[in-house]
Amino acid sequence: MTVDKSTVVRIAQLARIRVPEADLEALAGELDQIIGWVEQLDEVDTEGVTPMASTADAAGLRWREDKVDDGGQPDKVLANAPESRDGFFVVPKVIE
Amino acid sequence: MAALTALTIAEARDGLASGAYSARDLASAHIEAMEAARALNAFVLETPERALADADASDARRKSGAAGPLDGVPLAIKDLFCTEGVRTTACSHILDEFVPPYESTVTANLRAAGAVMLGKTNMDQFAMGSSNETSHFGPVVNPWRRSGDNRPLVPGGSSGGSAAAVAARLCLGAAGTDTGGSIRQPAAFCGVVGMKPTYGRCSRWGIVAFASSLDQAGPMTRTVRDATIMLGAMAGFDKKDSTSADIATPNFEAALGQGVKGLKVGIPVEYRIDGIDDEIAALWDQGADWLRDAGAEIVDISLPRTKYALPTYYIIAPAEASSNLARYDGMRYGLREDADGLEDMYEATRGAGFGPEVRRRILIGAYVLSAGYYDAYYLKAQKVRKLIADEFAAAFGKVDAILTPTVPTAAFAQGDKIDDPLEMYLNDVLTVPASLAGLPAISLPAGLSGDGLPLGLHVITRAFDEDTLFRVAESLETAAGFTAAPGAIV
Repeated sequence: MTVDKSTVVRIAQLARIRVPEADLEALAGELDQIIGWVEQLDEVDTEGVTPMASTADAAGLRWREDKVDDGGQPDKVLANAPESRDGFFVVPKVIE
Repeated sequence: MAALTALTIAEARDGLASGAYSARDLASAHIEAMEAARALNAFVLETPERALADADASDARRKSGAAGPLDGVPLAIKDLFCTEGVRTTACSHILDEFVPPYESTVTANLRAAGAVMLGKTNMDQFAMGSSNETSHFGPVVNPWRRSGDNRPLVPGGSSGGSAAAVAARLCLGAAGTDTGGSIRQPAAFCGVVGMKPTYGRCSRWGIVAFASSLDQAGPMTRTVRDATIMLGAMAGFDKKDSTSADIATPNFEAALGQGVKGLKVGIPVEYRIDGIDDEIAALWDQGADWLRDAGAEIVDISLPRTKYALPTYYIIAPAEASSNLARYDGMRYGLREDADGLEDMYEATRGAGFGPEVRRRILIGAYVLSAGYYDAYYLKAQKVRKLIADEFAAAFGKVDAILTPTVPTAAFAQGDKIDDPLEMYLNDVLTVPASLAGLPAISLPAGLSGDGLPLGLHVITRAFDEDTLFRVAESLETAAGFTAAPGAIV
């Protein structure tokens, strides 16, 4: 088994998603099945192949000028904030 | 007013131009249809006041002689497109009551062309799903039923609400998005035309991101001609999307009417997979015969790594998703769960805000990107992706288009596959390869199954050769003469 309960706990922590204890067993089974299935790629000989991150590479990505061309809209930026004050997002204490 | 909802976009364009009816007439008829069909759950937000205001503005523009190519045409918009001042949730809980302060480029382009917005359509949560059953707003009902069987069927996904709305005559066309088949598979299940353009043809700016190297917006319509009209309005270079292709948008509609004489159409032997319905295999053969009769040369081709496309996709797409969806942290917008401290708040918010399929994919993505596994899974998948793209490139040295079925089966019943992720993923086995290679592809309704459900054929062409794609699709459409409509709505 590639993915067991402890693996799920570890990757859920990496992904910052709380997974209820009751879900762990079933989730481990599902993920193990999916990961086992994608491992069929091991059959493919990829020696010397350049990894492809995007099909847009071929056309050549553009560079833009490194300058601000938008902004100055704090009200719009904060419009959907769960909590904001004086033009800032309010979040729990970050540094103890 | 039933007649106005049965129009094609091309017909509506003519009728509006001749003054046979107004944009307000069209909008009113569709608002009525939309409200009468709420049982389908195709819309998660109806915007009738906006539609009427858009329509009145359109009528005024027409009077002043400034009508655009889609002026007065009522469209539905998938809830993945950010629409300024109009709630956009990607049908998730974590985006809750998010109201974008900006408009996606594609919907802005549609507005600039004069389109009228009827509302936001239902979809699988964050576009992850093939049945529209992962939506936080509940499933969409396919307007089609099997003959003699009243069980509700899925519309496909993730653009299930858009497909159902077009099929049920609730709009003249809809904007969808396609990452691995999310336009084409629901189009096939609902008997409509669904088209995914070349990666880079439509801007991704303002579309809630799922897998950025694969996501593309495209039109969902009732005819191939309508798809050309709608894509023409949606497409175009956008400096706000770094992967947007800086090339001119051709007049796609002008490609129609040329036939397929002299074109070479490839039939890839590897797409004849186990598990494909006999009726769909037969329709595929029929499609090849139609094209041959129309003057195309049918050529057997081989794309040997086709079987690896789906597992490649299910590494790359979740990896990109886990990265893209990291932004939903409860700090700046969307859901926030109460908790003690920052870490707890992240975990509580994300635990409560993501549905089971989205959570599954984020976890797969986090796993394949994690230390010690990156090379074995993610990098490996990127290499196989390259081989798959190269195979297509080699095939297009010999042929101008590739013909396949869209999906191995017709629409299935709600609940049939939702508990088996791998079974659900197999829906995309025939559409994913073109997505990985960034190629344009289209699904069009070409026949009915024995129990009366629509079946789709699928055409793929070279990058940025949508012209040939539409030519082949039009030829198939003419030969198929598909005129059936879902019984539930007519």
